[in-house]
Amino acid sequence: MIPSAFTFYKPDNIEKAVSLMSDFGDEARVIAGGHSLIPVMKQRLTDIKHLIDLSGINEIKGIEITGNQISIGAMTTQVELINNEELFKKAPIIREASLQIADPQVRNLGTIGGNVANGDPANDMPGLMQLLDATYKLSGSNGVRDVKAREFYEGAYFTVREDDEILISISFDAPSGGYAYEKQKRKIGDYATAAAGVILKVENNMCSSASIALTNLSDTPVYCDKAVDIILGKEIDNNILNQVTEACVEQSDPVADQRGPVEFKKYVAGIVIKKALTRAIERT
Amino acid sequence: MEKINVTMTVNGKEETLSVEPRTLLVHALREHLDYTGAHIGCSSSHCGACTIDMNGKSVKSCTVFAPQAEGAEILTVEGIGSPDKLHAIQEMFKEHHGLQCGYCTPGMIMRSYRFLQENPNPTEEEVRFGISGNLCRCTGYQNIVKSIMAAADKIRDEVNVEKKEIA
Repeated sequence: MIPSAFTFYKPDNIEKAVSLMSDFGDEARVIAGGHSLIPVMKQRLTDIKHLIDLSGINEIKGIEITGNQISIGAMTTQVELINNEELFKKAPIIREASLQIADPQVRNLGTIGGNVANGDPANDMPGLMQLLDATYKLSGSNGVRDVKAREFYEGAYFTVREDDEILISISFDAPSGGYAYEKQKRKIGDYATAAAGVILKVENNMCSSASIALTNLSDTPVYCDKAVDIILGKEIDNNILNQVTEACVEQSDPVADQRGPVEFKKYVAGIVIKKALTRAIERT
Repeated sequence: MEKINVTMTVNGKEETLSVEPRTLLVHALREHLDYTGAHIGCSSSHCGACTIDMNGKSVKSCTVFAPQAEGAEILTVEGIGSPDKLHAIQEMFKEHHGLQCGYCTPGMIMRSYRFLQENPNPTEEEVRFGISGNLCRCTGYQNIVKSIMAAADKIRDEVNVEKKEIA
């Protein structure tokens, strides 16, 4: 499979990349790891005239941790997230989720920036970033702006990013409490049939803080605010976990595809959510 | 479409190619440089038959454009052993019948080559997770896993012998 022809650019700083994006508008795309983009280019589902490789821009690579503040450059690969011991200490859920993405070869090239900015509801990082209440930094011809992960996604492959903007980094505070990312998939390398992330704190058997987000259960990631409202301040027992699970499933809106009909996906969603809640509580 | 020059080091030799930017790395290796070890299976980054080593990491060369490999160190199956002098992994695949049709084998070997450097003393489960990006439709993986476990032993023994000789 051979994609249609394009011109290739490899700028060495973000200003040059942004200026190329504003010159070419919708005819240009940036390429990070390329493992979402190249397959759709090969299938000719997208027609790109100008391809801008971000791999020469060092300022958007790497992981910076200052106290509890974590900032990750958009071009940081999944394997770099997995292998970073300091990040694992501060936010172990990143490694847990990253290891469930694709396969070793894909994780060697796939980046966090590509994963979150593409707007594919099947990607795991958007839900994870909503779970962590992360902030995305976008650089465009009008300067740099911050957008919350919970406000970034509008629909499948539609985000609030403007055509001339490039996602440069992702930042969030180190989470505290128990955590779990549970993903049901048909095989390694597949996207989730349903996946759920949970972070929560339990003090004196009462839930004192919580965050829950879902992957591939709607045309955007789903932040389960209603379920969070239900669990906050409550005593943890099986009854409350069932109520929370039900509220999450209620907020999901999956579509039927090769992974199954809507009823099946909601059923699987219930299972991964309950599992994630249970494991997060065990880890508190 | 205009061609551009891409320079990379392949199996220790610096090569400069004139390619269209849309040329996939696997095509550059196979068609421009005649390294046909990297196979094209699914051409959609699922099967791993095109796995090579790029800058010390296993990658699927069907999902990299040639210009993305500018300046890269590339290693293909041709670069790790030869028919007269097989690499320990190749020898163990031969000994333990780690292949049937052979189509996935160069990818399996290149992934094993890097995996055993990342984890020289793996458990069987770690081997299976390590090669989870490579599909084989013949063996059921049983003998591939055996071959990689045996290769891990053999490479460790070789390293120990070298250490003794140096001491």
